[in-house]
Amino acid sequence: MEKTILDVQNLRIRYGGSTTEAVRGVSFTLGRERLGIVGESGSGKSTVGRALLRLLPGATITADMLRFDEVDLLSLSEKEMLKVRGRRMSMILQDPKFSLNPIRRVGDQVAETYLRHFKCSRREAHEKAVAMLEAVKIRDAERVFKQYPHEISGGMGQRVMIAMMLLADPDLVIADEPTSALDVTVRLQVLTILDSLVRDRGIGLIMISHDLNLVRNFCDRVLIMYAGKVVETLKAVELDQARHPYTQGLLAAQPRIGGTRQPLAVLDRRPEWLEENA
Amino acid sequence: MSVSVEVRNLSISFGAGAHAVKVLPGVTFSVERGECFGLVGESGSGKSTVLRCLSLLTDFWSGEVLIDGRSVRDMPLIERCRTLQMVFQDPYGSLHPRQSVRTVLNEPLVIHKLGDREERMRRAITDVGLPISFLDRFPHQLSGGQRQRVAIARALILEPSLLLLDEPTSALDVSVQAEILNLLQRLRYERGFTYIMVTHDLAVVDHMCDRFAVMLRGEVTEILPHEAIARNGASHPYARELIGASLDYEGIR
Ligand SMILES: Nc1ncnc2c1ncn2[C@@H]1O[C@H](COP(=O)(O)OP(=O)(O)OP(=O)(O)O)[C@@H](O)[C@H]1O
Ligand SMILES: Nc1ncnc2c1ncn2[C@@H]1O[C@H](COP(=O)(O)OP(=O)(O)OP(=O)(O)O)[C@@H](O)[C@H]1O
Ligand SMILES: [Mg+2]
Ligand SMILES: [Mg+2]
Repeated sequence: MEKTILDVQNLRIRYGGSTTEAVRGVSFTLGRERLGIVGESGSGKSTVGRALLRLLPGATITADMLRFDEVDLLSLSEKEMLKVRGRRMSMILQDPKFSLNPIRRVGDQVAETYLRHFKCSRREAHEKAVAMLEAVKIRDAERVFKQYPHEISGGMGQRVMIAMMLLADPDLVIADEPTSALDVTVRLQVLTILDSLVRDRGIGLIMISHDLNLVRNFCDRVLIMYAGKVVETLKAVELDQARHPYTQGLLAAQPRIGGTRQPLAVLDRRPEWLEENA
Repeated sequence: MSVSVEVRNLSISFGAGAHAVKVLPGVTFSVERGECFGLVGESGSGKSTVLRCLSLLTDFWSGEVLIDGRSVRDMPLIERCRTLQMVFQDPYGSLHPRQSVRTVLNEPLVIHKLGDREERMRRAITDVGLPISFLDRFPHQLSGGQRQRVAIARALILEPSLLLLDEPTSALDVSVQAEILNLLQRLRYERGFTYIMVTHDLAVVDHMCDRFAVMLRGEVTEILPHEAIARNGASHPYARELIGASLDYEGIR
């Protein structure tokens, strides 16, 4: 991770109409690596991702530093941001079906991503789109191309989002729960594709996920978020040696194959976790 | 109150004429009273479609679905809603964007003429680990996992005997997942709820389910007891492959 792609220092985000900050001073850097973000539901993971793309209308975003390559994301005009968003920096959103236009065919939306970023004919874009749907292991890609968002399954929706991201060929990918609706076999195939982007193309990848096995086996480093803060940063392979009680609690709460089927351990969330710094 | 479920030859096609696609050619399985039955399998294999057919959200299927021996088609709407509820795979789609959480939870109580509404809503929202102040929020003001918990609360508030759960915890961090799974287990023991649960996480199946079906391209390849996961006791090649991959994924093999 010789080169820093993203530098985030003291990022704070407050939603309009809210009295408290959803993100309270998050700092991290990202190189050409796979960075996992795990954390409590509602701790601000998606908010951080959306802030990087400035997809938070009505929210107040401040930071000491918010730099992507040589670009200061905070001072960019919306017009300049349009050139970065999608093309150079792409986010796979947590609710794929909600992010797609419900009244347009799935394939047309995928082809359009390609048309928007590259000069080519409609026919060429169509072919690219079908090939990409096949690359993410969608069976019967031509049929799925013609379907509407409500006609595809949850896991197909996630793969459509991944296909769109792949076609834009960005330098930084923020993937918000990209594979949670995929069976393990297909999930491993899709992860291999993402992996090769980092290894072969040198992109930076932020992987927001609740799947501890995934971050442990697939990421290089992991940030653990709790209540708008990063409470711990670990090498992924050392996840099991976590020190923070929230992270330890997560590991203990995981059901396991061959387990006892007794009630799962639950967390005793301490008020002091809200205050500490990583 | 406990109910059994019997699904016989459930079959459905989407599209018409030459474009028709048979998504379920004929699914058969049965779930005992108070059982937790898992549905796992390939993405796109028809798991959500099975649940949508059982709940009559999609109704142009053929075959039979019997709940406690009675066809689901013969149940009047009100009774059907009290008997079975569904938690959807994508909670954003299933919550109305302009309805507050309070409206979402209150509506079924009004329709079914239940009393103590405020008390029931407070209990439902607390049961899924959210603060009571969230009753006044709208879906877009919630995180993915918070929306999912509202969807679970909405399904539980009518205390149905049968819950159809489509990936109920895949959007939740494992600590919240643990709370929800413990809650579902407790309701099962206390009130005899029956569950049909779709998930990609075989550890959740092993923890929660008695038996589970493995689906591939619209068909049930095999029905197995949960104990078959740890020792990969499947005989169908796809089921074996899926369980094997899950054991690898968990770092067990
Ligand atoms: N538009 C909004 N207005 C007010 N509060 C919001 C808004 N959107 C999100 N929030 C709140 O901000 C906090 C962070 O939300 P965010 O979506 O970033 O969580 P998350 O870490 O991605 O959680 P999950 O794992 O459940 O997806 C949550 O408590 C949420 O309720
Ligand atoms: N309304 C519809 N019109 C056309 N095809 C549909 C419709 N609904 C579902 N399908 C098709 O049925 C198949 C099964 O979809 P379903 O959503 O049941 O899969 P699933 O097993 O739940 O997958 P996942 O694990 O990805 O959620 C898919 O090929 C899908 O495209
Ligand atoms: Mg989120
Ligand atoms: Mg589904």
